[in-house]
Amino acid sequence: MPRKIAETAGSIALTILGLLLVTFVIGRVVPIDPVLAVIGENAAPGVYERTRIELGLDQPLYVQFGRFIVKAVTGDFGVSVLTARPVLDDLKRVFPATIELATLATLIGVLVGVPLGILAAVRHQSWIDHVARIVALIGHSVPVFWIGLMGLLIFYAQLGWVGGTGRQSVAFLDSVRERTGMILIDCLLDGDLDSFWDAWRHIVLPASVLGYFSLAYICRMTRSFMLEQLSKEYVTAARIKGLSEWHVVMRHAFRNIAVPLVTVIALSYGYLLEGAVLTETVFAWPGLGNYLTDSLLRSDMNGVLGGTILVGAIFIGLNLLSDLLYKLLDPRTR
Amino acid sequence: MKRYALALAALLATTGVASAQTPRDTLVVGAKFDDILSLDPHESFEFTGSEFGSQVYDKLITFDPANIGPIRGGAAESWTVSDGGKVITFKIRQGIKFHSGNPLTAEDVAYSVQRAVTMNKAPGFIITQFGLNKDNVKERARALDAQTFRFETDKAYATTFVLNCLSANVSAIVDSKLVKSNEKDGDWGNTWLKTNAAGSGPFKLVTWRANETLSYERNDGYWGGAPKMRRVLLRHMPEQATKRLAIEKGDVDIARDLQADQVKALQGNPNITTRAVLKSYIAYAGLNTKHPILGKPQVQQALKYLVDYDQIANTVLAGAYATQQNYIPQGFLGAIKDQPFKLDVARAKQLLAEAGHPNGFTVTMDVTNTWPWTEIAQAVQATFAQGGVKLELIPGDFRATLTKYRARNHDIYLGRWGSDFLDPHSNADAFAKNINNADDAPAKPLAWRNAWKNDELSGMTNAAMIEGDAAKRQKLYEDAQRKFVQGSPFIVMFQNTELLAERKNVKNFNLGPLSETTFFKTVEKN
Repeated sequence: MPRKIAETAGSIALTILGLLLVTFVIGRVVPIDPVLAVIGENAAPGVYERTRIELGLDQPLYVQFGRFIVKAVTGDFGVSVLTARPVLDDLKRVFPATIELATLATLIGVLVGVPLGILAAVRHQSWIDHVARIVALIGHSVPVFWIGLMGLLIFYAQLGWVGGTGRQSVAFLDSVRERTGMILIDCLLDGDLDSFWDAWRHIVLPASVLGYFSLAYICRMTRSFMLEQLSKEYVTAARIKGLSEWHVVMRHAFRNIAVPLVTVIALSYGYLLEGAVLTETVFAWPGLGNYLTDSLLRSDMNGVLGGTILVGAIFIGLNLLSDLLYKLLDPRTR
Repeated sequence: MKRYALALAALLATTGVASAQTPRDTLVVGAKFDDILSLDPHESFEFTGSEFGSQVYDKLITFDPANIGPIRGGAAESWTVSDGGKVITFKIRQGIKFHSGNPLTAEDVAYSVQRAVTMNKAPGFIITQFGLNKDNVKERARALDAQTFRFETDKAYATTFVLNCLSANVSAIVDSKLVKSNEKDGDWGNTWLKTNAAGSGPFKLVTWRANETLSYERNDGYWGGAPKMRRVLLRHMPEQATKRLAIEKGDVDIARDLQADQVKALQGNPNITTRAVLKSYIAYAGLNTKHPILGKPQVQQALKYLVDYDQIANTVLAGAYATQQNYIPQGFLGAIKDQPFKLDVARAKQLLAEAGHPNGFTVTMDVTNTWPWTEIAQAVQATFAQGGVKLELIPGDFRATLTKYRARNHDIYLGRWGSDFLDPHSNADAFAKNINNADDAPAKPLAWRNAWKNDELSGMTNAAMIEGDAAKRQKLYEDAQRKFVQGSPFIVMFQNTELLAERKNVKNFNLGPLSETTFFKTVEKN
């Protein structure tokens, strides 16, 4: 057992090192001058030289990379050009906004997508199967920003059922103490139901939009996993045995797709945690996707590298988590 | 499926009715402010950063928000010029208090100038161009007593030039006690001031969350009278369509930096007014006079007759730019309204024939591949063709075309130029002055980039820079521009505007040509 843990830890460390190296190299190869990102285009030559040295860009690449690794390990990603704050503080601020959104969206995706996919497979070629396929097809092919804008137009502008862009209305800004950074939870911790209601009205639309896409993906995968299982001989055998359809589907077939399904859900959650750039832009949602894109556009390498490491860590974490879940779900892997 | 759809609909339905009104004492602005890199006024050189400085800080010199143009005293009550124009002595207004409660004195003014000059960040040149540097600044910018500040330049400059530069964001007066107490390793408090404020202006900074919100609270004790709005809140809205929905719903009171199609869609809405405010960017085409044909004055003239200025401004750019044919933007001292050129194909053909090209010629134009440059270039290409000039467009990334331009490797370059401060010298220095046309010249102004050296205009630019009499100075710029428009290799075409939409109940939001001249303090809502 200890050997296994050491092996896992070693492979994680290697993965992270590779991630850091690739990001660092890309950051140095892009034809964008990081000094200009800091000082703007009209600065005097003296200012340029001084800033270059301040940023450590006069050092050889391996020295720069070494310094970067040492700092990254201690959680110091430097100061963001974009916000003039330490990157770590920025990530602490933007990531909870993304977690909140991604978690709600994934919940919608799982709670609707899995049952819908199972139903579609069980009632193969029936009307519900067609509906599920159309839902999945639309979710697969329509651009997310279009759905987002249409959602805003209908539910916010026309019907007024939901709040507009951002995480809160103006009147509620700074109304609750920041604890987790996830506003819904902070409001509940403060016992401020009015603020909670306002925040809920703001998150429900972007979460539904993202949830729809996650739903479409999960539903499609559940359906095809399920179809595969239902055509297997053990299912036929179980049916011949006279087991109820519910028992056949849920106790036999579903158990067998649980493991690949967990991977699908974890991956889709991972992609959402990476930050849904387009959705975050349409809804002016200050999350990780927006932060990463803005940093990239500003050629703010500190922000980009910090964000990339976070995203890498998320995927590594989710992989570990699904590995653990496998053990729980599949007795053969114990 | 039906069940889930119903559940989802029910969930949405229970989310109530939109209030869609901003609080009465709060002004909410939908804007894009991903350009803020620092809140330190002696460092920031971007639009929103400069705008921030005008809300939170006082400067010696400021503008009347209702009539932006003529300068007036800000923290300086009055000033006297002596020593042939080299020394300006400012009397500081009594009783100004910083937000911290510290009194604003001449010591703070001197500290602020010293700080800006010594740190010498991106906007530092606006002050150091008057011969100040970190070694002499303590002598040249100093407090004589608590209410008197003495500013000395290396030679006599036009007083209006110096004063205009002292209205720039880099001339903001910071609370020296507060900044000093936040100093770390001799950084002049820069690290701290990047995300904090130490001002005395009409508004206090409440929060800045990059790309999210920037909020102000009014300074009730402001010496110029407290602002009408208790809070001003900028919300970052990068998406045009979202911004439009928000102003339609009344979730924001002002939507800024709109695009023409959004404005068109908002026109006719009884709750909203839209307008275009002239800003300070000049859009122009530079003709490289190293090119054997483009170097000929008749050809330069002919090409100026081959642009349909108003049609591009009104139709192609739909009001996002206005026709402007000279280098000093409207709203600046010395600006003239002359528009001597319009599309005149016959005249252009005649000029081309005189130059020895009756059948026209082929030439290339480097264009940034983003809006509106491609659109302008295509319109120009069409009218050039009418005169027989075949224009080949070379689209490229902004940085790439600029690099080519700065190396003088272009034929024609289409681009823009923004004023660094609210004084005509900023643009005159770029467009009209070139004293060394050698390939390795130290200064590379726009005139140099097009290999154009006109000693008369360079001399007039220098004369205007040091002319002490404001009326004479204005006359010099007017004369220089009338010569420039006829005899230069620049086709100056447009001045940009900011398109904005306001709810009907919003009054007196004043914004001039520069970010520094944006004032929230006069805004009212009823």
